[in-house]
Amino acid sequence: MRRLRLYLPADAAAIAVGAQRVAAALADAAAVRGMALDLVRTGTRGMVWLEPLLEADSAQGRIGFGPICAADAASVLAAILDGGTHGKALGPVEQIPFLREQTRLVLARCGITDPLSPGDYAKHGGWKGLVRAKSLGPAATLEEIVASGLRGRGGAGFPTGIKWRTAAAAPGEPKYLVCNADEGDSGTFADRVIIEGDPFMLIEGMAIAAFAVGASQGYVYIRSEYPHAVAAMRAAIRIAAREGALEGFALEVRVGAGAYVCGEETAMLDSLEGKRGMVRAKPPLPAVRGLWGKPTVINNAISLASVPWIMAEGAGAYQGFGLGRSRGTMPVQLAGNIRHGGLYECAFGVTLGELVERVGGGTASGRAVRAAQVGGPLGAYFPPALFDTPFDYEAFAARDGLIGHGGIVVFDDTVDMARQARFAMEFCARESCGKCTPCRIGSIRGTEVIDRLLAGDRPALQRELLADLCHTMKFGSLCALGGFTPYPVLSALTHFAEDFTPRAGARAAAE
Amino acid sequence: MPEYERWSEAGASAVIAKHSGVAGAALPILHALQEVFGHIPEAAEPLVAAALNLSRAEVHGIVTFYHDFRRHPPGRHVLRLCRAEACQAAGGEALAEGVRRRLGLEWNATTADGGLTLEPVFCLGLCACSPAAMLDGQVLGRLDGPALDAALDEAMEGAA
Ligand SMILES: Cc1cc2nc3c(=O)[nH]c(=O)nc-3n(C[C@H](O)[C@H](O)[C@H](O)COP(=O)(O)O)c2cc1C
Repeated sequence: MRRLRLYLPADAAAIAVGAQRVAAALADAAAVRGMALDLVRTGTRGMVWLEPLLEADSAQGRIGFGPICAADAASVLAAILDGGTHGKALGPVEQIPFLREQTRLVLARCGITDPLSPGDYAKHGGWKGLVRAKSLGPAATLEEIVASGLRGRGGAGFPTGIKWRTAAAAPGEPKYLVCNADEGDSGTFADRVIIEGDPFMLIEGMAIAAFAVGASQGYVYIRSEYPHAVAAMRAAIRIAAREGALEGFALEVRVGAGAYVCGEETAMLDSLEGKRGMVRAKPPLPAVRGLWGKPTVINNAISLASVPWIMAEGAGAYQGFGLGRSRGTMPVQLAGNIRHGGLYECAFGVTLGELVERVGGGTASGRAVRAAQVGGPLGAYFPPALFDTPFDYEAFAARDGLIGHGGIVVFDDTVDMARQARFAMEFCARESCGKCTPCRIGSIRGTEVIDRLLAGDRPALQRELLADLCHTMKFGSLCALGGFTPYPVLSALTHFAEDFTPRAGARAAAE
Repeated sequence: MPEYERWSEAGASAVIAKHSGVAGAALPILHALQEVFGHIPEAAEPLVAAALNLSRAEVHGIVTFYHDFRRHPPGRHVLRLCRAEACQAAGGEALAEGVRRRLGLEWNATTADGGLTLEPVFCLGLCACSPAAMLDGQVLGRLDGPALDAALDEAMEGAA
């Protein structure tokens, strides 16, 4: 029987838009033609607007068809086997500008390989970083990460190598390594895509980190909203252990339970210990006294996933990408009301406007872009007037914003920015761990003040109160949940003041 | 459609015993209980407390802290609709209003016939194909009213 090999993502986003139905229809269509179908389920290339994106080998490399549905299966198969045109044909996938223009370091294999094939991983450059780390030894490995300039991709941008140094030097046994894959920010999904699409890379990064700091036990804390990632990671750990890639390092997946605050590193430690996810006061730093009181490195999944490339290619090569103190690349997540939504890895320095307008193609609705929230629910709303801001930790901070975990949520001109500001307060109230008052109570007061403002109840006073409240939350909160909620609120109030005028119907709601 | 076991102390004790050996076992145990029984009834709390050497109040505190854990059995189907920003930007609130009106449901409530429970969720990581939802554990993206209705109808029919 003739065999045909095709590639179709099994990424949760592809599945959410029908990839499983496409897979079944392809099997049927192949059977009708008397062919054996070898359907490789890859991760996603990150061009989510083209999912389900089917790929086939050709003389010009892989060619694509998308977004396809089950009804397209027979005709797409015919186009692949018999030649000819197809309305969903995209040509050589790697020539699509969205993909071609990227600098794919952490996404190098994503969408290409079978995520759970150790053979694929090795063939595409896997394990090189770990091999080099072992040959350099722990201390030199650690210094290589320091020299690379890698900063934490979870939001705070803390230098990863410095954190490792602290944990390596801290007394106490055993030492722990925690991968933060709680990815709670709306508009972000890079951790998920990498775990589903290239889990061995994260395992390799963790193995290197554990080797460098002397950790013997590792946890990957994944949010419960990511069942596909949980399954992929568990399977990959089993395979990696079988392949002998984890000697001396026990690695385990733990699943969150729907609490946003557990993405905060100290709350995560409490959650891992089997408690409510309460934020701890710092110091002591987790690197000194973390999980069960022992030195613990806790890093975001992308931070750890960046490590194999750095170790394989060298700190200097990584330093070669980026801007200012933001070195290397960031898998930027384009989300919300955007035409070309997906994952776009590029060196730091590209402007927000380029990402939203050129790469993302503006809104999906075809209306004007009014705002982009960058960095999740704790990030600021940027108006197009500030779209010249380069993607760089310091540049965003200088404009009272943050890049956080690299998510950009685009809104069109139908958005009600007062409603978005209220939501920020509401979300903070819902997710507050309750340990500190500015966050727990301040957020509830925040929703009330916004309601009164919109109801026209002494608006000048409410604005003053809101500014004052935000000040208290910013400087009085124990962690960035209460501390950064003022970013979306104040940015909405500053850049979209016209949305905060009293409106009909709001008075009743405020009372 | 998920099939849950009827709550029993013996069944729960077996689940707890299976997971209580790991470090920091509370969340693994609670997840396992909910997977088996669909919820975590109050009667489970003293059992978990005894297994982990915690007070009952501590266990109660843990169960109620995490949004995932249900205190009551869900309907035959569970729809978790994303209410976070990326879904808001793509019409998620209107979608939610529509389904709530059609079913006459508040958040975290179950239809009178026990057919469907509606729960909010804050991000499924499907933000580039929003609005998104999870129906009986199956992910759904690029939703609009008709697509969501069709998915609900399909799920409900399958169960009839
Ligand atoms: C409320 C809150 C939620 C957070 N959520 C996450 C998260 O989901 N993922 C993450 O990596 N970091 C999150 N962080 C940041 C972590 O506290 C911490 O900075 C990070 O895990 C450190 O890893 P990194 O240095 O590699 O970024 C959150 C912080 C706060 C205050």
